[in-house]
Amino acid sequence: MTVETKLALSAQEVRSFSQNNNEPAAFADFRVAALEKAAELALPKPDKTNITKWNFTEFPVHTVESAKFASLEELPEEVKAIIDIEGQENLYIQRNNTPAFIKVSEELTSKGVIFTDIETAIRDHAELVEKYFMTTAVKVDEHKLAAYHAALVNGGVFVYVPRNVIIDEPLQVVFLNDNEEASLFNHVLVVAEESSAVTYVETYVSTVEEAKGQANIIAEVIVKDNAQVTFGAVDVLAKGYTTYVNRRAHLTRDAKIDWALGLMNDSDTIAENITHLVGDGSAADTKTVVVGRGTQKQNFTTEVRHWGKNSDGQILTHGVMKEAAQSIFNGIGKIEHGATKANAEQESRVLMLSEKARGDANPILLIDEDDVTAGHAASVGRVDPTQLYYLMSRGISKAEAERLVIHGFLAPVVTNLPIEGVKKQLTEVIERKVR
Amino acid sequence: MATLEIKDLHVEIDGKEILKGVNLTINTNEVHAIMGPNGTGKSTLASAIMGHPKYEVTQGEVLLDGENVLEMEVDERAKAGLFLAMQYPSEISGVTNADFLRSAINARREEGDEISLMKFIRELDKTMDFLEMPEEMGQRYLNEGFSGGEKKRNEILQLMMIKPTFAILDEIDSGLDIDALKIVSKGINEMRGEGFGCLMITHYQRLLNYITPDHVHVMMQGRVVKSGGSELAQRLEAEGYEWIKKELGIEDETVGQEA
Ligand SMILES: Nc1ncnc2c1ncn2[C@@H]1O[C@H](COP(=O)(O)OP(=O)(O)OP(=O)(O)O)[C@@H](O)[C@H]1O
Ligand SMILES: [Mg+2]
Repeated sequence: MTVETKLALSAQEVRSFSQNNNEPAAFADFRVAALEKAAELALPKPDKTNITKWNFTEFPVHTVESAKFASLEELPEEVKAIIDIEGQENLYIQRNNTPAFIKVSEELTSKGVIFTDIETAIRDHAELVEKYFMTTAVKVDEHKLAAYHAALVNGGVFVYVPRNVIIDEPLQVVFLNDNEEASLFNHVLVVAEESSAVTYVETYVSTVEEAKGQANIIAEVIVKDNAQVTFGAVDVLAKGYTTYVNRRAHLTRDAKIDWALGLMNDSDTIAENITHLVGDGSAADTKTVVVGRGTQKQNFTTEVRHWGKNSDGQILTHGVMKEAAQSIFNGIGKIEHGATKANAEQESRVLMLSEKARGDANPILLIDEDDVTAGHAASVGRVDPTQLYYLMSRGISKAEAERLVIHGFLAPVVTNLPIEGVKKQLTEVIERKVR
Repeated sequence: MATLEIKDLHVEIDGKEILKGVNLTINTNEVHAIMGPNGTGKSTLASAIMGHPKYEVTQGEVLLDGENVLEMEVDERAKAGLFLAMQYPSEISGVTNADFLRSAINARREEGDEISLMKFIRELDKTMDFLEMPEEMGQRYLNEGFSGGEKKRNEILQLMMIKPTFAILDEIDSGLDIDALKIVSKGINEMRGEGFGCLMITHYQRLLNYITPDHVHVMMQGRVVKSGGSELAQRLEAEGYEWIKKELGIEDETVGQEA
């Protein structure tokens, strides 16, 4: 049985949004077809969290207009803090749904690198977009939220790195949310051609107290043979959003991806991070840290799926739960038949800071091949009293000792973020949230 | 001069009495050694003085210059001048050795009077150099993945950086090769002096060859059963504990037994 969901926008509205943005007709058709699917398809089914009553479709307005930033001096302090204003050579800032600032170095442009907002990409790089946009990593018809996203995309970034191009400096993206009516249907598409290398770091910052819209975010990372991508993200979206964030990678032969994800939303959140190790010798290292507080309900799925021989997948998830926050951490290592000599490791740990907090580490190994290695470690518990005793025996107060242990517990992502300002920001967010 | 007095100390773990009336007085400028077979309450004494949450003091006092430390939180005891080098130091992931040490030093100072980063680094470098520790140990996570010997050396690094009035060293010599033992001893001897008193728990005379104790005590059945000078340790090394047991009429020296 399929239940028709009433969606916030009609096909006509979606088509005219597309036309106003001067998108190619094909993309308008793609949106409208996706909208039809969204009405029929079922919601995704994150393990152990029932989301059938969550509201993923309604919002006050599809798109808000925000002023652009003529110079970086105009940025709010929250954004200035995470950017090296002089040093950051490649930077995109999106304000709600408006591309508000972009800077790309001569060098990258001359090498054929594309770093632009998604609307521009849909218009000016139609061929590449058509080839990769929800065709390889995420499919439009996977479930309702993917289709809804495809229909309503209203922001995001496109990164294209040609063959053999190595980008040394990280590309930085900031999604600023300073309008409480704004909904974020951001699409990030990163394509790293053969033997290329790129580091991409995105930050979501809400400066509103409480949001009223939807955050339905998809990032697709295509890593071709022998290419390397480092993907860092810090999400700090305000409460009030219903957040669905899906970051996914597709790797072919000898490709490598490192994920460093600091998931610090104050909203109810369904987060999914899946890496498909399709090619032989491909490798993924996934590090995720989370802090939940208040009455937040969240579900985090981290999966590495092995198809390639000798593929290597490492999953680390550390979550801190306080107050009455609830979270499920699904860690999935899946080895398909034929992926001989694959290695799937995962570690999933949850620290509970209060009686009412709930955290559930749910490690899953699904193995359809004999000649592999795999392992997992999971734990749910409180701050170790012996560790606190040790620190306190050096004169450190109990509060400071707890602080050190918690920051240490979340350090795996902080230390792996390649931009100093973003690192500092994540540390500060952790500080604020666990206090 | 400062004094650490342990008076009639009784301690329980999980309802089981382990220490059954320990008496001991340590002054600054003195080094005491506690010896004794396994399971006789040595680590329990150290942990109870420092305030380990699992150990419950049921009777007696521990006074630091007349002040009852048993009423203090663990961190307050440390700030009052106590230090315990633990038999099994904790590992703390994600917290660098250097950051931890700086927090420990600053915890002793007033807000606004924190040690400057430059001065801290200078002292850390100097002390690590003295203890022949590679520089990268400062940036490693606290005790994480350290070998047994590295952990012990790291305890001495903390001792030297924090400079307490009284240090209790619980088996600081176990698991050390001879070179490491010499270095650790050098660190402790460096601390010796007017403002410093030390209680070393050990099984081996070997440590005492490098650090000559002023007093030696033997623990059995949760009490100090014999005290003497450094010659007592030498006799224990040569003859073992049997003669003391015979002298005192003890059959089983562990804490489960009554004298
Ligand atoms: N949590 C506990 N529950 C019950 N008994 C305990 C606990 N911890 C320690 N004990 C007991 O207390 C006694 C004294 O232990 P303690 O660690 O103080 O001995 P020790 O003299 O330091 O020995 P060693 O030389 O082996 O280090 C032992 O019998 C030990 O089994
Ligand atoms: Mg012991």
